[in-house]
Amino acid sequence: MMETVPPGARIADVCLIGGGLVGMAIALGLQRNGFHVAVLDEGDVALRASRGNFGLVWVQGKGDTLPEYADITRLSARLWPTFAASLQNSTGVDVQLQQRGGLYLCLTEQELDARTRMLGKMREAAGGDYPYETLDLKQVREKIPEVGDTVAGATWCPEDGHVNPLLLLRAMTECFKAQGGIIDNTGRVETIDPRPEGFRIRARAGGDWDCARVVLCAGLGNRELAPQVGLSAPLSPNRGQVLVGERVRPFLDYPTGHVRQTGEGTVQIGDSKEDVGFDSGTTTEVMAKIAHRAIRLFPLLRDVKLVRAWGALRVMTPDGYPIYQASTTYPGAYLVTCHSGVTLAAFHEGPLADWIASDRHDPSLEVFHAERFTL
Amino acid sequence: MPNVSHFERLPMRAGESVTVFVEGQAIKADSYDTAAAVVLMAGLVPSRTTPTSGSPRASYCLMGVCFECLLDIDGVANQQGCMVKVRDGMQIRRQVGARDIHEPPQEAAT
Repeated sequence: MMETVPPGARIADVCLIGGGLVGMAIALGLQRNGFHVAVLDEGDVALRASRGNFGLVWVQGKGDTLPEYADITRLSARLWPTFAASLQNSTGVDVQLQQRGGLYLCLTEQELDARTRMLGKMREAAGGDYPYETLDLKQVREKIPEVGDTVAGATWCPEDGHVNPLLLLRAMTECFKAQGGIIDNTGRVETIDPRPEGFRIRARAGGDWDCARVVLCAGLGNRELAPQVGLSAPLSPNRGQVLVGERVRPFLDYPTGHVRQTGEGTVQIGDSKEDVGFDSGTTTEVMAKIAHRAIRLFPLLRDVKLVRAWGALRVMTPDGYPIYQASTTYPGAYLVTCHSGVTLAAFHEGPLADWIASDRHDPSLEVFHAERFTL
Repeated sequence: MPNVSHFERLPMRAGESVTVFVEGQAIKADSYDTAAAVVLMAGLVPSRTTPTSGSPRASYCLMGVCFECLLDIDGVANQQGCMVKVRDGMQIRRQVGARDIHEPPQEAAT
């Protein structure tokens, strides 16, 4: 007997909750696998880490305590050029991907030594295949002549890069819609009812959705959603404040961990880490600290005018690594959450979406299950 | 520089009479005027080009919001002309594209 579909209920193969960078990348990958996908998004009231982030496609140092994370990070960086090209082909949007290496500038020898040691361990863990170099000030200046005298050096990784995250979100969204995807942003999803043949999803406003599979990509919102489908998302917000300077002529050929210049010439400066709950505001004290460090790194920024600043909330697990997990209690439900939605976008659109599409157990992803937090 | 301004000065409180230079041309202004207002009065349209496409622009909101009035004022680039009051002897130039931060700004006359 057919189930009664309530008035306004709609049907999709997969409902994906959360239309940020993580959700849209998975959505595109599922479309590529032939699925009819609906993205249920909270709309502009969402916390939206995708709009607050720094835009790095960053490899160096990621996964220093988990080689599998280093692996997927590097895999994603390798997949990025094809991913960016396909977005440009289908939407005409150039997401300004640049991957010609990046630098993490250090102001003290101790900081530089610590990073060098960390990257050395990562190279060991990767069996020698982990490209980086430690540069002294003179070598840094060969790449960026403008760095300040108080810079001790930098770690350089040729696989690092950056992208315009706002254009990325727009390109993915346009591509998804052009391929027949539906974005329903009439309200925050409140309940996911597991049913004999899939799931019924109810949002605060708008009609219900019925779907065979549901993928949770709701960032911090996963905390409430995951338990409804037998999963666990122990996430907490970590605030980062970002300063944006006026557009200036290109002076910085490479992204750095704290300062980058966008394709339009905008100077973007980070990065702070604060445990302040769900407050995404800014504070003068932290902004001043960020600006002070940036000026030490790049004295020529001293007179650059600040035009904008914002706070945004990182989506952090206790160990900082992603959760990729299928529900065993309610087959067809998946949780995908991470804090590097930009770097991992190409991995999410590719191998991760293929894993969800295939609906098969992937032992290589077990290391990303949430059970690691309760062992 | 063509002087095609259709702006007429309405009666208002009068400050001191000052002379400013818009792309080198001497313009009589009132000390309460903003740099953007004087640029419009002088007929300097467009008064800037954008950093990305080089498209021509002129002052728009005149209240500090839109950043269309960016000017080079006394050698300091990217000034919001509508937020800067004129001063006797002020040198105002078009803002052409993005600011070059490699060139140290000249000391502004005080």
